[in-house]
Amino acid sequence: MSLKAFHIVFIIFSTLLALGTGVWCLWVNLVEGAPIYIAGAIASFVVAIVLMVYGFWFYRKMKRLGIIT
Amino acid sequence: MEIPYTVSNRPDTGLWNAKIGIWLFLASEVMLFGGLFSAYIFLRIDAPPGMWPHGLLNVPVGTMNTAILIMSSVTVVLAWASLKMRKYNAYWWYMLATITCGVIFLTVKLAYEWPQKFDHFGIYIKPEALGKYEQYLGNAYAAEKGLPPRLEITGHLHNRAAQNDPNIKEYEVALDPLNADPTNPEMDRPHFWPRSATEKIATIEKEDVQYATMFLPRHSAYFASYFTITGLHGLHVLGGVLVFIYMWLPVSKRLYQQNPEHLANRVEVSGLFWHFVDLVWIFVFPLFYLL
Repeated sequence: MSLKAFHIVFIIFSTLLALGTGVWCLWVNLVEGAPIYIAGAIASFVVAIVLMVYGFWFYRKMKRLGIIT
Repeated sequence: MEIPYTVSNRPDTGLWNAKIGIWLFLASEVMLFGGLFSAYIFLRIDAPPGMWPHGLLNVPVGTMNTAILIMSSVTVVLAWASLKMRKYNAYWWYMLATITCGVIFLTVKLAYEWPQKFDHFGIYIKPEALGKYEQYLGNAYAAEKGLPPRLEITGHLHNRAAQNDPNIKEYEVALDPLNADPTNPEMDRPHFWPRSATEKIATIEKEDVQYATMFLPRHSAYFASYFTITGLHGLHVLGGVLVFIYMWLPVSKRLYQQNPEHLANRVEVSGLFWHFVDLVWIFVFPLFYLL
């Protein structure tokens, strides 16, 4: 597996972590009632979206440049 | 004598040698960390009620460190892509960003997170003396609420000499919020936003203590796992940073001028290692900090 492919795998796991952290923040807010975790959840979901967009951008860019090993 | 297959593919494997080497090495690393993660999971599953600490790590700082590592994986790939496009200046800057991220991660871990733990004190009370310290433990309240029993009093140790001096018969501890106000419903759940110790001091007689120590590996299976896994991970980060520094120094420029593809391949294998190290952290963070 090339660095490019491993990077895409890594971004997928990072995206899952960001989504999981967002869900965790929502859960903590439910049990603790601390609104700061709503902000944490929103930030986590935004990061997950950014990572997804970056992942697609990276894949397309590498494909276009022909940097595939 | 020139080392063969550093750039061209070896006919029998179809890959250049370093790539085969790094994947064999990463396979052994998967087994190493896999064993440690399995040990952590089984220790946690088997822990008696009240004996597995929760919510002791600083989640905001851990989140920041996670973001830094993810960022460093992006910059190392961009460094590699820059070399592929023969843009050495861009490579140099992306590699510097990667090294900086690694150094920040290690600094936060070694200069902030770990020392905070080394400065914290935990006292497990003997079962027969739990009632004597009910005002700090609130076990009647915990039982009423269906919460696990509270067996430990934590905070900052005031009389540090008490740890080693047998003539000092008691510990004086500035209590953590949970032990300062154990019947407060806000303390029913672990708090992941940092809360400092209170001004309330508890005096605990040594004869009532089953076990007392700073938050060191010997404190509990939890901290033994935490320091082993994060320590081993930190050593990997340090190794990666040292390799990146070597490839960022002028020696890499000379290799680039002689054979740019060779340098790109070196960056690729070290980037694969770095991604693996970051992927390990992607599992460490939720296991230790969130769950």
